[in-house]
Amino acid sequence: MAKKESTFINMVIVLFLVTLIASASLGIIYSITKEPIEKAKVAIKIEAINKVVPAFNNVPLNESLSVKQDKDSLIIYPAKNDGVTVGTAIETFTNKGFGGKIKLMVGFLPDGTIKEISVLEHKETPGLGDKIENKKSDFSRQFVGENPEEFKLKVSKDGGDVDAITAATISSRAFCDAMQNAFNVYKSLDTENDSTTVKK
Amino acid sequence: MNQWKNFSKGFFKENAVFVLFLGMCPTLGVTTTAFNGLGMGLATTFVLVMSNIVVSLVKNQIPEKVRIPSFIVIIASFVTIVELTMQAYLPDLFKQLGIFIPLIVVNCLVLGRAEAFASKNSFLSSVLDGLGMGLGFAMALTILGTVREILGSGSVFGYKFIAGDGILVFVLAPGAFIALGYLIMLVNKINNKTA
Amino acid sequence: MEYILIIIAAVFVNNIVLNQFLGICPFIGVSGKVETAVGMTGAVAFVMVLATIVTYIIQSAVLEPFGITYMQTITFILVIASLVQLVEIILKKVSPALYQALGIFLPLITTNCAVLGVAILTIQKDYTLMEGAVFAIANAAGFGLALIIFAGIREQLELVNIPKPLKGVPIAFITAGLLALAFMGFAGIV
Repeated sequence: MAKKESTFINMVIVLFLVTLIASASLGIIYSITKEPIEKAKVAIKIEAINKVVPAFNNVPLNESLSVKQDKDSLIIYPAKNDGVTVGTAIETFTNKGFGGKIKLMVGFLPDGTIKEISVLEHKETPGLGDKIENKKSDFSRQFVGENPEEFKLKVSKDGGDVDAITAATISSRAFCDAMQNAFNVYKSLDTENDSTTVKK
Repeated sequence: MNQWKNFSKGFFKENAVFVLFLGMCPTLGVTTTAFNGLGMGLATTFVLVMSNIVVSLVKNQIPEKVRIPSFIVIIASFVTIVELTMQAYLPDLFKQLGIFIPLIVVNCLVLGRAEAFASKNSFLSSVLDGLGMGLGFAMALTILGTVREILGSGSVFGYKFIAGDGILVFVLAPGAFIALGYLIMLVNKINNKTA
Repeated sequence: MEYILIIIAAVFVNNIVLNQFLGICPFIGVSGKVETAVGMTGAVAFVMVLATIVTYIIQSAVLEPFGITYMQTITFILVIASLVQLVEIILKKVSPALYQALGIFLPLITTNCAVLGVAILTIQKDYTLMEGAVFAIANAAGFGLALIIFAGIREQLELVNIPKPLKGVPIAFITAGLLALAFMGFAGIV
């Protein structure tokens, strides 16, 4: 069978048809995968929240608050048991990481102490900056149980209370920056009433 | 056409990575672990086989002058399908492979096979060519990934066998180049001996 | 100030070839001679910057408002393919000598992962159009830097005795690895 001739009209029709069929197929696949993709994203968030706050029976994702900062946002997830706040998970970030953005999920107890920290995303150097991860070193353990009102969230080089990771000062500083952002937002919550509005 | 030879050429004689030097970017970019290498290799194989199938079926309907853009659209569609499917069902792997998934569309291997083979051969030959070249590519990526993971992190497919870190440079950029260079040298030696 | 950081990061710290692993195919193929390396860089730079700007506009004016961001891969690569065709036509008319010298590598810019990669990265990093353009120019410069240094080294390697199994591509990659190692030294700047 001879190939179709390269006349102008043939070329236009074929290219148009190919693109049309392609777009249609993709549209279908997109609508099929839309929900699972959303579900996967939500599952990751819920897993992180579960790790950093005590047991709760509300749906933090439905009561979340967003605070804009630096072209992105910090997100507050209140965790409540029978309507009483047992903890607040804050999705925070910093752009000052060695490899770029670092995202953390920090859990605060109602008295302001840090319950737990989970690293969501980072691009720090393997073997050095990646020690901010829980399973790679105890760096993040020193924050647990501390209240940032007294525990200064800066590395000791900068006059704070945090022991930096050896040879990974930039990553350690960035981690503290993300923690400070989270704490600042936490303090601004109207906790006298409930953790669902930000103090003016 | 000897279909066995057609299928098996992609593994050694015409291996995409070690002999033809096609698809270098993902080869270096994602092989920090064996699992990532394997995942990327299989994703690319899917796109390669599907695009080979479609191209070999419509080859006579596409005018000569628009064949490259048409092939590109076909390939890009399958890449997007892989993207969406991975995002939905394998989100962790999706995050690991990152930007290299959409980059499958410019993997010289895929466009190369469509242009050099699928547009000139039968449906069956094209399927086998796609499978062979793709799996050969996957094999190469898995090997490189395994080497880099063993040397760089002291683990294989996630199973650590040493405490602490390995020779870190191998999970970083320089190590990728160096490891691949030595692997190609090895393959050269083997191919020369059996030539 | 932002722009200077973008430039330094793109050219040195996160060099597109030696750190991000994009643009390797022409890297191995064209870097044999410094002359061709320079010509290639020019062509890539032109396509990269234009492509980044056009794809940015399409993303913000068409893909996002209509909720069809899943069409990104297809539209972006079609834009790049068209731009390369355009460059080919223009070069043929304006500088036939350069067109001849670049030969097959010109259409190969379409499959240069660096071009598509930079276009996608600009969207991922949430840059403004201006920042994106600067980012593209800087990455093209970084690509050129790596390519030209490498061509210089390879020209010298031609004159040296290299063991047979290492000849050609293997020694090229190992050299690239050492170059990448050197570039890692820039990491402390930004």
